[in-house]
Amino acid sequence: MLLVNENEVSFQAGMTLADLVRAQGDDVDILLVNGYPATLQTVLSDGDQCWLWKRGKTPSAEEMQHLLYARHSPGVQRLLQGKMVGIMGLGGLGSVVAIALARMGIGALLLADYDVVEPTNLNRQQYFVDQVGQKKTAALRDILQRVNPHVGVTVIDQRLIEDDIGVLFKNVHALVECFDDPAMKAAGLRAVLQHLPGVFYVCASGLAGYGDNNAIRTRRLYSGVYLVGDEVSAAAPGEGLMAARVGIAAHHQANQVVRLLLGAENEAAE
Amino acid sequence: MKVFCNGQEQELTPGARVTDCLNTLGLDPLSVVVECDGKILTREEYASHELQDGSVLELIRFVGGG
Repeated sequence: MLLVNENEVSFQAGMTLADLVRAQGDDVDILLVNGYPATLQTVLSDGDQCWLWKRGKTPSAEEMQHLLYARHSPGVQRLLQGKMVGIMGLGGLGSVVAIALARMGIGALLLADYDVVEPTNLNRQQYFVDQVGQKKTAALRDILQRVNPHVGVTVIDQRLIEDDIGVLFKNVHALVECFDDPAMKAAGLRAVLQHLPGVFYVCASGLAGYGDNNAIRTRRLYSGVYLVGDEVSAAAPGEGLMAARVGIAAHHQANQVVRLLLGAENEAAE
Repeated sequence: MKVFCNGQEQELTPGARVTDCLNTLGLDPLSVVVECDGKILTREEYASHELQDGSVLELIRFVGGG
């Protein structure tokens, strides 16, 4: 059996994508097999997941969801779709992490920030000029809706304190610490270690400036708990936060969350 | 007395608290998570928890930016 645009089609040995396209009777020019671009000559195997699409065609809502996920490796999408991730702080780290997770098809996001979008944020945060003055929670929700309308977004529009973290995020599968303030970064880790033992956690420290790319690393602190950054580069006068290096750290965080949700830590020999 | 901070020996006066140790190391207690002899300390314990000779501390220090 093949899956063609999420519909079952019977498989015959020796079938090529050209056979499928003919059978569909469609004018298509985007061809994907198991999440990877293919050609009309591609020979299919039983169980393959195929996507056939016409460039520029406007999809229905259901087709859109399938197409958004068509480039994912089979199986990964279904796992991520069932997961909820919390993000504390929606600045240069948090806005990037949220968008990356939405593009990868995470099921739900729980987003926390108390602040509004300022012009000085736009050098590194994923907001737009026309969103200046809006709450970051609302502004990011709008962006995510445009990226992937199938992600469930819930917002917490308040300034977090240490004692709230264990309560507000008790239902997430993974929590990402994207605070700016080092005291809140410490508070977040303490809260998780003390109150959220089953929650994966990825925090960050040391990502200012334009230093070495490869000094940003992902270090295991405890089982399921990781720290991203060079652990040294503080945001300070003369060493500002810049889009590229903050983005490197944010994508370390997002990828580590995905790795943890997909069971990479269990596979690693520890 | 001696304690071990992230594997490094540190000389402290007997009766020193966690805050004293952090001050000696030049660390702001607000931006550090402290594990002492396998236990994560609460914020309040930084000032009250008395270190023993041979105590093993893991200090996770955060710098600002996000």
